[in-house]
Amino acid sequence: MNLHEFQARELFGRYGIPFVAGEVAETPAAVRAIAERLAGPVVVKAQVHSGGRGKAGGVKVARDAADAAAHAARIFSLTIQGLPVRRVLVVPAVDIASECYLGVIIDRAAQRPVVIASAAGGVDIEEVAARTPDRIHRVTVDPRYGLLPHQAMALAFRLYDDLAKVRAAAEIARQLYAAFTGLGASLAEINPLAMTTDGRVVALDAKLVVDDNELPARPDIAALRDSSAEAPSEQRARDAGLSFIQLKGTVGCCVNGAGLAMATMDLVKFYGGEPANFLDIGGSSNPQKVVDALEIITADPAVRAILFNIFGGITRCDDVANGIVEATGRLSLTVPLVIRLTGTNEEAAIEILTRAGFSALTDMDQAVERAVALASR
Amino acid sequence: MSIFLDRDTRLVVQGITGRDGSFHTRQMMSYGTRVVAGVTPGKGGTLFDGVPVFNTMADAVQDTHPTASVIYVPAAAAAAAIFEAADAGLPLVVCITEGIPVLDMSRVIPFLRERGVRLIGPNCPGLITPGQSKVGIIPGPICRPGRIGVVSRSGTLTYEIVHQLSRHDFGQSTCVGIGGDPIIGTSFVDCLAAFQSDPQTDAVVLIGEIGGTDEQQAAAFVQSDMTKPVVGFIAGQTAPPGRRMGHAGAIAAGAGGTAAEKVAALAAAGIPVMQRPADVVPLLKERL
Repeated sequence: MNLHEFQARELFGRYGIPFVAGEVAETPAAVRAIAERLAGPVVVKAQVHSGGRGKAGGVKVARDAADAAAHAARIFSLTIQGLPVRRVLVVPAVDIASECYLGVIIDRAAQRPVVIASAAGGVDIEEVAARTPDRIHRVTVDPRYGLLPHQAMALAFRLYDDLAKVRAAAEIARQLYAAFTGLGASLAEINPLAMTTDGRVVALDAKLVVDDNELPARPDIAALRDSSAEAPSEQRARDAGLSFIQLKGTVGCCVNGAGLAMATMDLVKFYGGEPANFLDIGGSSNPQKVVDALEIITADPAVRAILFNIFGGITRCDDVANGIVEATGRLSLTVPLVIRLTGTNEEAAIEILTRAGFSALTDMDQAVERAVALASR
Repeated sequence: MSIFLDRDTRLVVQGITGRDGSFHTRQMMSYGTRVVAGVTPGKGGTLFDGVPVFNTMADAVQDTHPTASVIYVPAAAAAAAIFEAADAGLPLVVCITEGIPVLDMSRVIPFLRERGVRLIGPNCPGLITPGQSKVGIIPGPICRPGRIGVVSRSGTLTYEIVHQLSRHDFGQSTCVGIGGDPIIGTSFVDCLAAFQSDPQTDAVVLIGEIGGTDEQQAAAFVQSDMTKPVVGFIAGQTAPPGRRMGHAGAIAAGAGGTAAEKVAALAAAGIPVMQRPADVVPLLKERL
């Protein structure tokens, strides 16, 4: 789950990471009031779940309160990578001498957290990694001991020469690692970590992604989710316990299992179609899930055909068939349905569907080809 | 022979009395798996379908001498269950549970490595040696005994491809679902090495997906260390970048994470990559 910068700042702050304190506003008038209170130049920053805010015009320096309000009005009118700007963060502008990068992620190959530092901060770190990999410094952390003091110092010496600043940066690296583990993060990032012209080391931005698997045990963090940043269909799917991602094609897909769901989308593309969504109804045999899935797929006006691809294992094909019959009885479908079922209780499922006037296939390729043909009619 | 699992494997089921644990224990027993014990705290001393249930893994190990465990406990207790199994001295632990935090797994892994424990999963369907034994949830009827090894990050996609194999008389030596999480106990390379050493395996089907670089490491291993043919499949060609596609580990982000990069790595190592699951049989026939 992605958090906004202002949320990440608040959470990181609990671990002692020094920020230049800011305030959140939802209107230009509120921005003006904050800027007046702060007195002096401020930075107005769009709070959206998207990288490249600066390039999109979502981050502006304002010389005074009136200027801040004017910038805010323009920022509120922006759509950044499809996302409307509903909030901005207003922070005092600081004079920056240098910008560094500090981040913690999981290194999948090493199976451990890794702390990354670079003196080339303030820009997209993946670009730095691609163009000048020698400017990226990494320390793999044994999670049982955490980021050790000498590891933090070694990284900090890559960022600064002056010992006081090295110590300050090492402390922030340790705090960021503590935040990463304490918050159940899959990414915790400060970019830039700035040295000000008056010699302070402070965090100017914060990025936090929390591992979805940590959320059940952390209701306080789960409550910070900003649903306005998601497609409504994705919100509904999450409420229904379905794994769903909205795409832009015309073939609605309803599949059991994430790998098979991806392979089904790929096969739709192989036969010349475009998938409208990724949807995994999971391993359970609950007919209600099928009903919810069909409701969510049919709510997408771009969908021209719906494809069920069920490989029965734990999921029983007859349960899915009952769900299809129940859902179509309630929904009055306007698009054709192609059903592929095979595996556990396949015969019973086909009988249920045939009785209800549906035909069912057992071959995946045949079903996908037919769905693509129907969607392109 | 086979890899990791055969008819002599003595299994203990962690979470044997739970909803999933009880259902799948019966499925495994009817397939022929030797289930020698179950563990559910508070149910020690009872029997589950004739199988003795213990309060702790240590008790189960002392009385029944299992050689493997399978975990069906909920996500909140699953990492603890892996620690318990490893501490009880089991050499093989299979964790079916989905939803374990990645940070928890990063703490589990070094504990296992120090004890030489093989973990399969988490978030996996387990493994099956057709005709002998199954541990986990792979449906027995789709598999047939034979000489093709199957290793996969997925569940139902594996069933789809195994189904294609079985229909065309390509039985399987062992099918292993290694799991869809970012941190898992057994990698593609571990399984490929085991299949390479297994005299009952003639060829391997590798089923990968977007996210991470495990497929690239597998490709390098096949090129340097394998003489047996390997054919591959990569799911997620149409997955949008940066989105988690169901599996926690299936996210095309960072270097090497996209399907195109993985397909290219496999192809560069001389591994034919099927475009559709149905291509598995013709590709294998070409190589055997």
